[in-house]
Amino acid sequence: MTPLLDVQHLTVAFERPGSALKAVDDVSLTIQPGETLGLVGESGSGKSVTALAILRLLQPPARVLGGQILFEGRDLLQLTESEMRGVRGGRISLIFQEPMTALNPTMRVGDQIAEALTSHGVAKGDARRRVVELLDAVRITDAAKRARDFPHQLSGGMRQRVMIAIALACRPPLVIADEPTTALDVTIQAQVLEMLSELKDRFNLALLLITHDFGVIAEMADRVAVMRGGQLVEQGAVRQILREPSHEYTQRLLRAVPGMSKR
Amino acid sequence: MPLLDVRHLVKHYSRGGGLFAPPPAVVRAVDDVSFYIDEGDMFGLVGESGSGKSTTGRCILRLIEPDRGEVAFRGENVLEFSRSRMRLARRDMQIVFQDPYSSLNPRMRAGDIVEEPLIIHGLGTPGERAARVKELFELVGLESAHLRRYPREFSGGQRQRIGIARALALNPALIVADEPVSALDVSIQAQVIELLLDLRARLRLTYLFIAHDLRLVENICNRVAVMYLGKIVEMGDTQALFRNPSHPYTQALLSAVPRLDPDAPRTRIEFDSESFQRETPMREIGTSHWAAV
Repeated sequence: MTPLLDVQHLTVAFERPGSALKAVDDVSLTIQPGETLGLVGESGSGKSVTALAILRLLQPPARVLGGQILFEGRDLLQLTESEMRGVRGGRISLIFQEPMTALNPTMRVGDQIAEALTSHGVAKGDARRRVVELLDAVRITDAAKRARDFPHQLSGGMRQRVMIAIALACRPPLVIADEPTTALDVTIQAQVLEMLSELKDRFNLALLLITHDFGVIAEMADRVAVMRGGQLVEQGAVRQILREPSHEYTQRLLRAVPGMSKR
Repeated sequence: MPLLDVRHLVKHYSRGGGLFAPPPAVVRAVDDVSFYIDEGDMFGLVGESGSGKSTTGRCILRLIEPDRGEVAFRGENVLEFSRSRMRLARRDMQIVFQDPYSSLNPRMRAGDIVEEPLIIHGLGTPGERAARVKELFELVGLESAHLRRYPREFSGGQRQRIGIARALALNPALIVADEPVSALDVSIQAQVIELLLDLRARLRLTYLFIAHDLRLVENICNRVAVMYLGKIVEMGDTQALFRNPSHPYTQALLSAVPRLDPDAPRTRIEFDSESFQRETPMREIGTSHWAAV
């Protein structure tokens, strides 16, 4: 089967006068339609930079030095900026870790979801109706009323649901979620993850789930890729990685997770 | 006699109010909290954000003044201490903060940060203090060659070691560790936890370990209390509590922790906050196990 996303030999460097630090070093990974790939690593491993590179959201001094990002038959690295705008949010969307900083504090949340639709060509009247449907889909009760709230009027969990609604607005086949539940309490995290897997099935989404938490991986991922210092050290099926990690670094990371031996 | 005996601790905040505002709402941040910690205990205080766990820790050290209650340290109620008496008592009770990025003064050198408590308490000559700082650096696994560096020159894990060294400078008996590893990467977390456990054995320390990570608490604490909206809802020996969680909130909290086995059965229990009965008293439900049910 042709993968939905096929990243080949991606290399990203942070360029400074006289030197270049490789934040992503020759990384290759694939995601099939409907699949969840967990991308795990510690801070500085290059997992978030990989995500930003896929969406071509890197800011200087970060620069893609080489590789290909094949998505739906096109190399994203070759697209023009205006073609890329159609991809972002339309075909691939991004859920950030911190919903408070990712949402616009001066816009009603309903308008922010609508904007995701209208900027991809949905008529205003249709957008209004779809906003309520989307808020229902992410299980925000009293959706029509909530759409008029500003982000600060919502709890952290609710804000993250709004972010997910924005990400799903155009029914993209691929969603990149960068530590989507790290800022949330564990009971709220459980609700958000549960909802995310439900929506994934319902809309047949593929998910690139970036996290440092092996528990979240075990709950969500089909396959896992482990990054360290910009390089991919190991990639495989979730059960194989969790039970018989072959790379020394993965083993060490798993041993460091409290309770790994018991649960 | 327990080392620390907290009884009926209360801290309320009122929010809002003002000339043209509706009457203020009372937030019961810490609401009649009682527990004790024996010498050598690693006592875990767990809860989600807003549960009052950090406020409880700070009230014990009087970094926040509680409204009511009693905090008996070695039998003496520190809430009745004068300022100067309290300053003396703080030699025995120290805190390690969560965020090693914001809790260290960026303009001070690491060695000075660790030395400062000794100066404040007027201990030792400069030569003695320098020797003590060096000793503390080695104790927490930092190189004494780095004494003159600034916090920004250290990694997150190393910064937390500086924070720990500072807390240990006065030879305390009790350390309040407020989410000491939650800002760190998992492999660094493991190293800092190992250090805390090692120090407990070597220096006969007692810890109040405040955390939201249940897996971590299960692994390192011998006793645990679970807080929810300012109340302790369940408390007991770690094994008893984790084996037989009895308060509906504890059950919900434990069921929300992601399992590390992809094939483990997932039965999530939801807790309805509307059903929470604040006034239900704690009762003994097993050997060394209490719950407000």
